[in-house]
Amino acid sequence: MSQMSIAQALRQAIREEMLRDERVYCIGEDIGVPGGFGGAFTVTLGLSDEFGRERILDTPISEIGLAGVAIGSACAGMRPIADVQYGDFLFCMMDQLANQAAKMRYMSGGTIKVPMVMRAPVGSTSRGAQHAQSLEAFFTHIPGLKVVAPATAYDAKGLLKAAVRDDNPVIVFEHKLLYGSKGPRSERGALSPIGEVPDDDYIVPIGKGIIRRKGKDVTIVGKLLTLYRALGAADELAKEGIEAEVIDPRTLVPLDKDLILESVRKTGRLVIVEEDNLTGGWAGDIAAIVAEEAFYWLDTPIKRLSAPDAPAPFAPVLEQLYVPSVANVVQAVKSLF
Amino acid sequence: MSEFSLLDMYRKMLLIRRFEERCNELYMQGRIPSTLHLYIGQEAVAVGACAPLTDADYLFSTHRPHGHALAKGVSPRSIMAELFAKVTGCCKGKGGSMHVGDMRVGMFPAVAIVGANIPLAAGAALAAKRLNDGRVTACFFGDGAANEGAFHEGLNMAAIWKLPVVYFCENNLYAASTPFSTAFNIKQVADRAASYGIPGIVVDGYDVESVAEVAEEAYNRARRGDGPTLVECMTYRLCGHSRSDPRTYRTKEEEAEWQARDVIPTTASRLLDRGLATQERIDQFEAEVKAEIDDAVQFAEESPYPEPHELMEDIFAPEAAL
Repeated sequence: MSQMSIAQALRQAIREEMLRDERVYCIGEDIGVPGGFGGAFTVTLGLSDEFGRERILDTPISEIGLAGVAIGSACAGMRPIADVQYGDFLFCMMDQLANQAAKMRYMSGGTIKVPMVMRAPVGSTSRGAQHAQSLEAFFTHIPGLKVVAPATAYDAKGLLKAAVRDDNPVIVFEHKLLYGSKGPRSERGALSPIGEVPDDDYIVPIGKGIIRRKGKDVTIVGKLLTLYRALGAADELAKEGIEAEVIDPRTLVPLDKDLILESVRKTGRLVIVEEDNLTGGWAGDIAAIVAEEAFYWLDTPIKRLSAPDAPAPFAPVLEQLYVPSVANVVQAVKSLF
Repeated sequence: MSEFSLLDMYRKMLLIRRFEERCNELYMQGRIPSTLHLYIGQEAVAVGACAPLTDADYLFSTHRPHGHALAKGVSPRSIMAELFAKVTGCCKGKGGSMHVGDMRVGMFPAVAIVGANIPLAAGAALAAKRLNDGRVTACFFGDGAANEGAFHEGLNMAAIWKLPVVYFCENNLYAASTPFSTAFNIKQVADRAASYGIPGIVVDGYDVESVAEVAEEAYNRARRGDGPTLVECMTYRLCGHSRSDPRTYRTKEEEAEWQARDVIPTTASRLLDRGLATQERIDQFEAEVKAEIDDAVQFAEESPYPEPHELMEDIFAPEAAL
């Protein structure tokens, strides 16, 4: 058991999987250059020294090509871990992910496997509108893709290992303020949670959520950074006698919806907190599931607490208004009582 | 240079031609749904390019894939059944005309997003190189695809990593209805190879032997580890872009010029001239091919449609053992 950051946990997962299976390789921009960054957030730092430049494969700035090569190689027997520097760049490779990776198996009548991982950092970190989006909902909407969003070091290692071993394309969303990247790649205002991570081999199964805090009065669902906002709010609420149950879905597709439904059936109230924009978003989808399947257990309306329908702003004073805060979560919960 | 049997290549081209003509008939009769992008006129490209390949080698195709599929060895029965949307089709009726393929003979489901197969093919070639399995990848696309960003990104990556892939640009002079000259400021797509530091070769796509010869050399280069080649095959559709195309953007004179070079009669004449076949043998091919297609149509017609449960199957692969 070691104490480590999410960046370290991801690096350990990659290293173990590459040692375990020759077919696993990393592909991305600036991931293995000697003297380079080890990816935008240091996750692959040092791995090219151990595994060589062929298995930590740097590409030109070519997101379509990067994704296409990863997917094509996965179809032909490799197990790529692709890396996009900022989640926002997934839009550049959208055809390859949405039309190729996600649909290859279906349109081949089930004869092709696409065991590919695409890692993507999301979240607002005062970089403005093109380096700060949370894109999860775009990908949960596409049949054929699995989507995970680890928020702790333990889950980061376990879910990434599960993703590498899964025979389907898996998008792994990671939050920039949770990595705990060191040195020049560290982030101002980062939470950088350090967690206990077993040194031995384990996986966190894709499709299983977890209750992060038990409570009986209200269910708060949060993922990535907003999980921590939810936990912070639960601490505050407890002082006022409101016991919040905090759920971390960990996997967005396939969703562990029973975990959420069971909790709501117990608490009768639901607040969903996320950093993505409100309209057409993931929070709306969770709200719809609960409204369809647990309506009669609800004591109050469901509350969605998302980023407003604006691009991510640059100015830190605006960004603070954009991303739901602990105080916002507290207020949202209290509005239900 | 291997001696590819002109007789065999002729028979393959004839199969594709008659298969496509039958597809057209069936479509007109309303027996095939959707639309069709027929390969009529371009047969020498697929057949020449596939002649040096084995079932282990990979092929990536486009929205116009029937010819590539037949040339690579996908069975006429399974292609026809796919066009009929039957569960016995090569994609269980879930792909359709634009996605035919069969991995048992190395053909990926055809990719109907123009140019998107170019980086995918580089990826398959990367896998072959890493796994050292000796496979070579053939990737087909039209002139229109050469103006997609995926073309640039894919060719560049294949070039810098010297991947075992051969890119066949089937330049049929029109991207749907858009003439080549309005979309390019260069004479040939192959000229672009220079910007990736790879060979760019222009070949007569109406001469199956020339295509086979150039293809084999490019595959040999790829297998030696010397990287990709861009082969531009000059060709022409002797049909519309899709079934709803009246071809009013081309002149009758231009069509007649290419029609006069139609690969089916010219290759038949070549066989006769060289004494490789008698007229009797050529007639016999017609009968054999017709029987094969009749059998494929009958198989497709008699096959069942997918059951409702198929809708939600094959979206995800079963999880691998963890």
